[in-house]
Amino acid sequence: MPETQTLTKVFARPRSLTDKRFTYCPGCHHGLITRILGSAIDKLGIQEKTVIVAPVGCAVFAYEWFRCDGVQAAHGRAAAVATGIKRARPDLTVVSYQGDGDLAAIGTAETIHAANRGEAITVIFVNNQIYGMTGGQMAPTTLDGQRATSCPEGRDPATMGHPLRVAELIATLAAPLYVTRQSLHDAKHIAQATQAVEKALRYQVEKRGYSLVEIVANCPTGWKMPPQKANEHIAGTVTKVFPLGDLVDRG
Amino acid sequence: MPKGKAVVDAERCKGCGLCVTACPFGVLELSATYNSSGYPVAAMAHPEKCTGCALCAQTCPDVAIEVYREKAASGSAAGGST
Repeated sequence: MPETQTLTKVFARPRSLTDKRFTYCPGCHHGLITRILGSAIDKLGIQEKTVIVAPVGCAVFAYEWFRCDGVQAAHGRAAAVATGIKRARPDLTVVSYQGDGDLAAIGTAETIHAANRGEAITVIFVNNQIYGMTGGQMAPTTLDGQRATSCPEGRDPATMGHPLRVAELIATLAAPLYVTRQSLHDAKHIAQATQAVEKALRYQVEKRGYSLVEIVANCPTGWKMPPQKANEHIAGTVTKVFPLGDLVDRG
Repeated sequence: MPKGKAVVDAERCKGCGLCVTACPFGVLELSATYNSSGYPVAAMAHPEKCTGCALCAQTCPDVAIEVYREKAASGSAAGGST
């Protein structure tokens, strides 16, 4: 019997991503989330019908990396912009991609009310506990005691409050279809996060409800940690404050 | 004979090393080669150990890795197929 061996490509760049290189720092989970979202769009075959609403923050160029239509919203207003697009064109899949400074600080009102109205959008919330683009300032999600450029002695809950748990907050509302928190600190969690993003998109396509996928991410530059150490910090410390798993699944 | 192959796009790689840690078989290492952005590039230091599991590619934040796996063309043992 001839021993014919052929090489099959088993992992390739998602078709719904452009060829442009990401502007993220080495080891940043934003790139991974972009890839996961691209894979999910590919899997559902919705590239031609997807609109990405980009935030202000490190992901401000998100529309450059997806071979989809895109809008770059004013700071924090991605959920409001996504609402408008979805109401005007309910046949489209509308995804807002936002960081914690964007979604959980300046955009808190838009975030909560879009969720409370049950707008049929998918919100990808990147929780890396810091303002990355502007130089590592404290975010609403910064951990107690965590150092940032605007709290160099560490976050003091007495004057700065405790980290805001967005997924839990949204999960108290009646309207959201799917609320989950995922992480990317190892291959297993990357696989789970991939399934969660796919599910959130699928729910929008099939059932027209609101989904929030909070993804606990790293910021090696802002945290001043090498990428692998940042992943270990997520596993050992961050996930204690931001527990992982589905909070709401009414799908 | 290697059962898999990870192809790193040197210009996309930022040398973060997450793929090196993710690989269960110690296939990848950061090489002494630098790309035009000045990053040390990940490469297959032990290609014979690669099984094409693609954990490196799934972990890469810059989508810099493509993975290939050998597939027996004739109907012998299914081996490590998907």
